[in-house]
Amino acid sequence: MKMHEVPPARAMHEIPQVRTTHEVPRVGTMHEIPPVRTIVLDRPPAPVRPVREREAIRRVAAPGPERLRLEDVSVSYGGASTLGRRGANAVRSVSLSIHQGEVLALIGPSGCGKTTLLRTLNRLIELTPGARRGGRILLDGEDIHELEDTALRARVAMVFQQPNPFPMSIFDNVAFALREQSRRRPHRRELEPLVVGALERAGLYEEVREDLHRPALRLSGGQQQRLCIARAIAPRPEVLLMDEPCSALDPISTSVIEELIGELRRELAVVIVTHNLAQAHRVADKVAFMYLGDLVEYGTTAQVFDEPRAPRTRDYVRGAFG
Amino acid sequence: MNAFASSPGAGGLSSRVGGPPSRGRLSSSPSRGRGSSLRTWRLGERLALIAAWAAGLSLCAITAAIVLYMGFRGIQYLRPELLFSRPQASLSQAGSGGFLDPLLGTALLTVIGIAIAAPLGICSALWIVEYGQGGRARQALTRVVESSIEIVAGTPDIVIALFGLALFQLHLLAFVSFTASGGGVYGRSFLAAGAMMSLIALPPLFVAVRDGLLAVPAHMREGAFALGKTRIATIRRVLLPAVRSNIATGVTLGVSRIIADTAIVVVLLGDVLRTETQGGLPGLSLLRGTGSTLTSYVYDNSPAGEGAAPQKAYAAAFVLMVFVLLLNLAVERIARAHSRSGGFAAGGGIV
Repeated sequence: MKMHEVPPARAMHEIPQVRTTHEVPRVGTMHEIPPVRTIVLDRPPAPVRPVREREAIRRVAAPGPERLRLEDVSVSYGGASTLGRRGANAVRSVSLSIHQGEVLALIGPSGCGKTTLLRTLNRLIELTPGARRGGRILLDGEDIHELEDTALRARVAMVFQQPNPFPMSIFDNVAFALREQSRRRPHRRELEPLVVGALERAGLYEEVREDLHRPALRLSGGQQQRLCIARAIAPRPEVLLMDEPCSALDPISTSVIEELIGELRRELAVVIVTHNLAQAHRVADKVAFMYLGDLVEYGTTAQVFDEPRAPRTRDYVRGAFG
Repeated sequence: MNAFASSPGAGGLSSRVGGPPSRGRLSSSPSRGRGSSLRTWRLGERLALIAAWAAGLSLCAITAAIVLYMGFRGIQYLRPELLFSRPQASLSQAGSGGFLDPLLGTALLTVIGIAIAAPLGICSALWIVEYGQGGRARQALTRVVESSIEIVAGTPDIVIALFGLALFQLHLLAFVSFTASGGGVYGRSFLAAGAMMSLIALPPLFVAVRDGLLAVPAHMREGAFALGKTRIATIRRVLLPAVRSNIATGVTLGVSRIIADTAIVVVLLGDVLRTETQGGLPGLSLLRGTGSTLTSYVYDNSPAGEGAAPQKAYAAAFVLMVFVLLLNLAVERIARAHSRSGGFAAGGGIV
C-alpha cells in the first residue's frame, strides 16, 4: 500500500499540457519557502514572475462566458424579517459576475460573509434554519431559485474546508456523485471510465490506481481533499465552489491542490473562499474583498493587491487588520 | 477528525499509513510530579474516596460471584444431550428430558422481536435525527416520540406483557393465536410474545442508532447535499452505511434484552413444557403456537417455580448466561472494530 502524499515529478509529467513553474519541494527541503508560483498552461517553468508579466499571461488564458451572475444578493440569519435593514445581514447587496475559465477568490476577515455568500450560490444556505436570501442569482441566465436544488447542486459543485469523503471506498465516493443523477442506476462498467477520469482530473488517480476499493477514510488529508474535488467535478459541473479547501492541510498538500485549481480553471468557473491572502494571490484571477457583509472591492488580483481603490482593502491586503 | 488522525505527518515523511507508530509519540504513562498527600485531605473527602473504591470493587465481586457460581453449577450439571433432547413431563429429575424446546423458543422469539424492533428503531431514529429538527411543531413531536420511547424503556416488562395480553385477546387479533372452543381468544402465541418483545428491544436499538446518527459530522451530510443528493438518498447511501456498526450494536443489545426477559414469556407465550403448534398451516402454525424459553424454563424448574428439576435450571441458566456474555463481547468487538476502521465515535452499549 504505497501512498505518497505528493506524486513526485512523475505524476506531474503525465498530465498533458500542464507544466508547473517549479518542482514540488521534496521532503528535506521543507525549510525553504517555496517561491511564488503561477500555474500557467503551455508555458515553460519559471520561478517568481513580476506581477505585470503574470497579468499578461492571464490575459492570454482569456475568461470564457459568464456562468454566475449575482444581482444585489443579501443574506440574513435569524427568524425575523431583517432583510433590507442594514446591520442584520450577513451579506449585503453583493453584485458580482463569475466567468468560466477564471478563479475568483473571496477574501476578508472572519465573519465577513464569505462562506455565507459561497453557500448561497448552491443554496446550501437553505439548510441553515432561519437563513433568508434577497436579490437574484442567475446561473447561465436562469434564476437558481427556480431550479430544483438537486439539479442546481449538480451544476454548482462544492468542496468543503474539512475533507469529507463518505465512509465507503474511493471508487464509490466518486461513483456516488455520478449515480442517481439518472433514474436508472448505471452499471459499474459504464461508471468506471467516468470515475477514473474524475480521479485523473483531480490528480489523484496515479496514487490510488492500485486499489480503488480501499476505504476513502484511509487516505491522507490531502488525498481526501483531492478525492472530494474528484467527487465534486465528476458530474461535470459548471461552477466549483471551494470553502477554504486548504486550511486543514499541510503546505505540500496545499500546493498540490493549488496546482489543481489552476488546471480546473480550464473547464469550469472556480470560486474559492480563503483566509490566506498569499493563496488568493497565487491562485486567483479575480479577487473580491468583503468586509462585514459588504463587497468592498472587486477586481483583478493585481489590481486588488497592488492598486486597491478602497483604503480598507489597502489596509487589509497589507495586513493592517484581519 | 479521522481524516487527520490518519494523515502522515509532513506529507511523505512516512509513506505508509497505518504503519508502526512514530517514535515522537508521547509515552502513555508519563512520569508524574508529586501529587497531594492523602494526609492533607479532609475526612469527608477521604471517606468519599474509600466509598468510591469500595463501590467499584464490590460490584466486581458481585459480578464475579454470579458468573463463577453459575459457571460452576452449569459445568456441574450441563450435559450435551440436554441441549438436544425435548423436555418430558416427569416427576423425577432424571426423566424430565432436556431443554431443546426452550432453546428454540428463545431463538424464535428473538428473531420475531428483532424483525419488528429493528426497522421500527432504525426508522424512528432516522426520523428524529434527520427529519425532526425543522420547525417548532416538529421539534415538539420529536420530544414526544423520544419520551414515549423512554417510557417504554422504563415500563416493567410484566406491565408490557399484561397490555399485550389485553391487546391480543381482542377478536380482531384472533388470527395470531388460538381461539378456544367457547369463542374466547387465547391471546398467547410466539407472534404475540414476539410483538411485545420488540418493545423491550426497541429502546436500546433506538438509542444506539440515534447516537450513531448524531455522531455523524454535519459536513458529511452537507457533502452529500452539495453533490445534489436528496435527503433520502443521503440517508440510504451515506448515513445508513456510516451507522452500520451502531445498528449492529443496537441489535445485539436488543437480542440480549429479549433472551433475558421472563415475564412476557410467562404471560404471552403460554410457558408450556413443549412447543405446541396451532392450526394446520406449516410455519404459521408454529408462530401461532405456544412454547417456552430458557428464562421461563429456568423459572419453572427452579425451586421457586415447580421446583422439579433444579439441576436442569442451573444448566439452562448457565447456557443463558453464556449467551449474554457472548453478546456483551460482541457489542464491544463491534464498537472497537468500528472505531479502528475510521468510523465515528458513538456510544455503544449505553442504554
